[in-house]
Amino acid sequence: MAKIIVVTSGKGGVGKTTSSAAIGTGIAMRGFKTVIIDFDIGLRNLDLIMGCERRVVYDFVNVINGEANLKQAMIKDKRIDTLFILPASQTRDKDALSKEGVERILNELAQEFDYIICDSPAGIESGAMMALYFADEAVVVTNPEVSSVRDSDRILGMLSSKSRRAEQGLPGIKEHLLLTRYNPERVIKGEMLSVEDVGEILAIKLLGVIPESQAVLNASNSGTPVILDEDSDAGQAYLDTVARLLGEEVPFRFLNVEKKGLLKRIFGG
Amino acid sequence: MSDHSFELKGSLFPLSVLYCQDLSAAAVKTQLQQKLAQAPAFFYRAPVVINVESVTQAPDFAAIAEVFKELELVLVGVCGASAELKKVAQAAGLAALQLSKSKTPAKETKEIEAKTEAAAVAPVMETKVVEQNIRSGQQIYAKGADLVIRGTVGAGAEVIADGNIHIYGTLRGKAIAGAAGDNQKRVFCHKLEAELISIAGSYWLSDSLQGEYWGKSACIGLQDDKLVLADLL
Repeated sequence: MAKIIVVTSGKGGVGKTTSSAAIGTGIAMRGFKTVIIDFDIGLRNLDLIMGCERRVVYDFVNVINGEANLKQAMIKDKRIDTLFILPASQTRDKDALSKEGVERILNELAQEFDYIICDSPAGIESGAMMALYFADEAVVVTNPEVSSVRDSDRILGMLSSKSRRAEQGLPGIKEHLLLTRYNPERVIKGEMLSVEDVGEILAIKLLGVIPESQAVLNASNSGTPVILDEDSDAGQAYLDTVARLLGEEVPFRFLNVEKKGLLKRIFGG
Repeated sequence: MSDHSFELKGSLFPLSVLYCQDLSAAAVKTQLQQKLAQAPAFFYRAPVVINVESVTQAPDFAAIAEVFKELELVLVGVCGASAELKKVAQAAGLAALQLSKSKTPAKETKEIEAKTEAAAVAPVMETKVVEQNIRSGQQIYAKGADLVIRGTVGAGAEVIADGNIHIYGTLRGKAIAGAAGDNQKRVFCHKLEAELISIAGSYWLSDSLQGEYWGKSACIGLQDDKLVLADLL
């Protein structure tokens, strides 16, 4: 049975799509058959981050409406052959998703895939609710600042009350905290919340800490999930994150300010 | 020697007596339903006697008995029945009880109503226990009960109780105790970082809560209409 993981946050712009792409790619790199679904109907982005925007013919809404089948709509990744993307519709809005339609498609995907990653839109409206409703696990993407933390808290409340698992009285969704855009220097200066602060407020298990990194923007612009940039700190942090998501024990990195070496000090880092 | 394993003794029990001008099954049903809606638990399987003093024509006791059964009441019998009505009631399987004293029905009705209301307003204070964190945007209301939270109340979350509120984690959101107006109720929390605390309508915002107890355990109560913070222990 496939595991359904929703990547969500409440707040926009915190790195949901970047994280969905990186985590989905990372899981697929381990050999699991993985599909990433873009639930952000009307604001399609995942295809850009994954670098497959020119191959989108049919989308999620087409499949729900029966205008295309899954095989036609899914895009196979060119780099990893166990990875597929189901893009969102750019011309419709989030009301185009129905619970029955989404359930039917997830059931169909579950026959074939090991992992289904749902890239949630921002907000707490129907689109975000649809993305999290069927989830088994949730990756709550949070930036180390108060508004993002509060919105994550709100989404955690939704996960425990508005999901299928909650409504049917099943064991709750497994919640993971993914802290993104973490900048240890600014934490020391008191300009950012620390890992401990966020962990204390949200009180869920920390899955990963992704440092603020130029590599993320570069990766987005080139349509390559940042996890494939294995030399970058962000790429390595996502690799650690995926390992933890799959149940491995990996120590946390990039939590402290890196001491600049002599050469770096001379030539600039 | 008397045998104690079998005895048939008389005893007195309080019974609810129904006074109803119109004893058609439909009318009895509507009236009873209204009454039961006020305090369903109080009347569950309650024994009831129908006063038929003012009745001239024999009601359809079988139909009324059905109504009682449906509403989960136990129809015991009738009281104040004429000799003729007694026979009809007994034929329908009901006991014909004797009225001890002739009280005016109106007074009796009032008394019963008063009792019912008292029962509905001041039930035993129960406790609602929530075994998880209360997240931003969530609202928990413990109606007519104390509220115990085994977790943290997040910023933007609200916990409300007619009774006391106990929070074993951090209180970052709003806590409203004594929501029904009882000014003796209190809020207890393990770590005070609340947005708002209110007891019986008096409230403090986080600005007024800063100080000695901020970030520490505390107990907040009302004294002379003023909120007072105190050590939890």
